[in-house]
Amino acid sequence: MSTLADVSPPEAAVVGSADVGREAHGRPLGQATDQELLSLVAHSDDLALAELYDRYGGVAYGLALRILRDDALAQDAVQDAFLAVWRSAAGFLPERAKASTWILTLVHRRAVDLVRREQRRRTEPLEPDQHPAAGPTDEEAAVRFYRRAVQTALEQLPADQRQAIELAYYGGLSQSEVAERLGQPLGTIKSRTFAGLTHLRELLREAGVEEPALS
Amino acid sequence: MPEEADLHELVAAYALNALDDDDRAAFEEHLATCERCAAQLAELRDAAAALAYVPETAAPPAALRSRILETARAERPNVVPIHRAGRRSWGLGAVAAAAVAAAVALAIWNVSLHNSLDDQRNANKTFTTVTLKGAQGNLAVADSGGAVLFTCGIGRAPSGKTYEAWVITGGKASRAGQFQGGQGCVAVPLARGVPSGSAVAVTVEPAGGSDQPTTRPIIKSEPA
Repeated sequence: MSTLADVSPPEAAVVGSADVGREAHGRPLGQATDQELLSLVAHSDDLALAELYDRYGGVAYGLALRILRDDALAQDAVQDAFLAVWRSAAGFLPERAKASTWILTLVHRRAVDLVRREQRRRTEPLEPDQHPAAGPTDEEAAVRFYRRAVQTALEQLPADQRQAIELAYYGGLSQSEVAERLGQPLGTIKSRTFAGLTHLRELLREAGVEEPALS
Repeated sequence: MPEEADLHELVAAYALNALDDDDRAAFEEHLATCERCAAQLAELRDAAAALAYVPETAAPPAALRSRILETARAERPNVVPIHRAGRRSWGLGAVAAAAVAAAVALAIWNVSLHNSLDDQRNANKTFTTVTLKGAQGNLAVADSGGAVLFTCGIGRAPSGKTYEAWVITGGKASRAGQFQGGQGCVAVPLARGVPSGSAVAVTVEPAGGSDQPTTRPIIKSEPA
């Protein structure tokens, strides 16, 4: 007769079915917080991953398209990022970051990696689209409101700080590439980037706008 | 190597994924011992993430969603090797141990749900087990319907194939998750509840799984 000692307990989290979870809890996944969803994803719950994708896929794809300017590459970046979410959700530390920040950071990092690898940088990748695609999505009003707030904050930055940030974030340029592009010393660019992003952070805080709670 | 103050300044470019390789390595080394950097990095990452909302969002192709979810499911680490020792024999001991292991798996499963969704007031640990035909092991079904299949000795799925579990209700099969199997005993939390009177079956399917069983079951449980 075997005893409990003969049986190693499962070492990994063995669980997770959102189907079961939903039935067991009587609360639809759509009402779970991002953090709860990530915790389910950490237990290999694919329906929770689907819910996170439904919340952030549009923002992620829009960002990847802006950086990569190529539909197939943008899709690759989004796919890689959400699979990174799937694989590493267990390592997400809610006390260290917001779930949305974590997800969007992964998307951005992957898009930047791809744009550097593909050498697809355009000479002028940074001008905001003058003619945004007509009727892009049925995006939520909260997203449009937040976009306007972030744009307003960006516009309040000194032009050189804003330029340094946009070249880095939307252009995928490294600091030395920004310096080269602008014909400025590297140290100047690093200082501008630091001043610009900390300033942006303050402006967003003062504006009191919260990131939209997507559903 | 940049000076200390310069190093700290790199936190912004780091949050923007914009450091050159040598600076990134230097900053990460600094970050490991700099509490102030870690706190500021968290704030600046939030600010960087806000920039993600500026481009017009675009509706990604529907195929992208399915591709992500299918790839994720195919990777799902939903098989837990239970038995590390005594791999060669699957005597009565292993089967008796199956009930215990299933209980352990189910308890963890309930606790995990409990931690994930705080409105679960009582993690229900009451369950029943039914035996399997076709392989050693059993199926543990919680009162909530959540179930863990525990089985021994089926080995890994052949190359290019996967095991797929099904919940059979009134002669109709519903997908309950794929797994690769392995040496020894495995516990497979099912991705679907098992209503009373339903059974669970396992078939061998092409990698990626099938919508409906395409082969005869290698395992079938008694009705739960």
